[in-house]
Amino acid sequence: MNILKFLISGIFLIYCFSSDLKAKNLEIEITKNLRCLICQGQSVYDSDSEFANSLKILVKKKLNEGLDEKQIYVYLKDKYGDWILYDPGFSKNTYFLWLLPILMFIFGGAIILRKVILKKKKL
Amino acid sequence: MKIKIFPIFLIITFSIIFFIFYKGLKNTNIYTPEIKSEIKIPNFDTKEFFSKDKVNSDQIFIGSNYYLLNIWASWCVPCKEEHKYLMDLSEKENIKIIGQNYKDNFDNAKNFLINLNNPYDYIFLDNDGTIAIEWGAYGVPETFLIQNNKIIKKIIGPLNEKLTFEIKKLTQ
Repeated sequence: MNILKFLISGIFLIYCFSSDLKAKNLEIEITKNLRCLICQGQSVYDSDSEFANSLKILVKKKLNEGLDEKQIYVYLKDKYGDWILYDPGFSKNTYFLWLLPILMFIFGGAIILRKVILKKKKL
Repeated sequence: MKIKIFPIFLIITFSIIFFIFYKGLKNTNIYTPEIKSEIKIPNFDTKEFFSKDKVNSDQIFIGSNYYLLNIWASWCVPCKEEHKYLMDLSEKENIKIIGQNYKDNFDNAKNFLINLNNPYDYIFLDNDGTIAIEWGAYGVPETFLIQNNKIIKKIIGPLNEKLTFEIKKLTQ
C-alpha cells in the first residue's frame, strides 16, 4: 500500500512539473545551439557573459511570445549571421560543409569496393 | 599505372591541406558579425533614462534626421575613452545623439554624465540587454548611424578620431 501511495504522489509530481520542464528544456536546447560571440568556443548556455545572459532572457521572451525554435534561429541569424548557430542550416555557403562527408563516404566506399573486387578476381 | 597515380594524389592532397592551414594560421579567430548596412532599425518599447517614462522607438527616431545611437554603460572603460569624441559630435547641429544605457546602475550612470558631461540628446534604458540584441550588438560600446529609420553605419568598439571624421563626412 505504501508503495502505491509513493507511486501515485510521484506520478502527480512529475505531471505537475513536466509542462514547466518542457518549456525549460526547449530553452536550454536553443541556448545550447547558440554560440556566445564574446567568449567564442562556448555556447550561450554555458557562458555567463553579459551578452549570453541577455540572450538567455531574450530566448525566454521570444518563447513566451509564441515563437518556435526555428523562428528564433531565423531571428538571430538575421541579426548576427550563420556564425551564431552551432548547427548551421543548408545554404549556399554551407553546401560544401554538409556534402563533404557524403562525398568522402562515397569516394572511400568506391576505393574499398574496388579493392575487394580486385582481391576476389585474384583469388 | 596505379603506383604513379597514388603518390601524385597524395602530394596534391597534402599540399592543399598545407595551403589551407597555412592561410588559416594568419586569419583572426575572432568573429565579428558581418556589417550589413542599410538595414531597418528595430522597433522596441523602453523607458526614458531620467523620467522612466515609457516610450516606443518610433517616438525616438523620427523622420530623415541623422541619429547616432550609442550603447554605453558607466562600468565600461572604453566608453570613457570615446566620450570626448561623442562630446565633439554633440556640437554638430544636424546629428542627434541617442544614448542606450546598457545594464547599468542609475546612480553610477548619472554620476558618469555629471563628471564627464552629457553628450546625449536623449537617453533610454536597456536594463536586461535585450534591446542591444535587437540592434544586433553584442558588447559595449557600439555605435550606429541612422537616417530614415535605416542603419547606415555600424561601429563596434569605441569611437576614435578617424571614425569621428568619417561620421562627420557622412552627415555633411
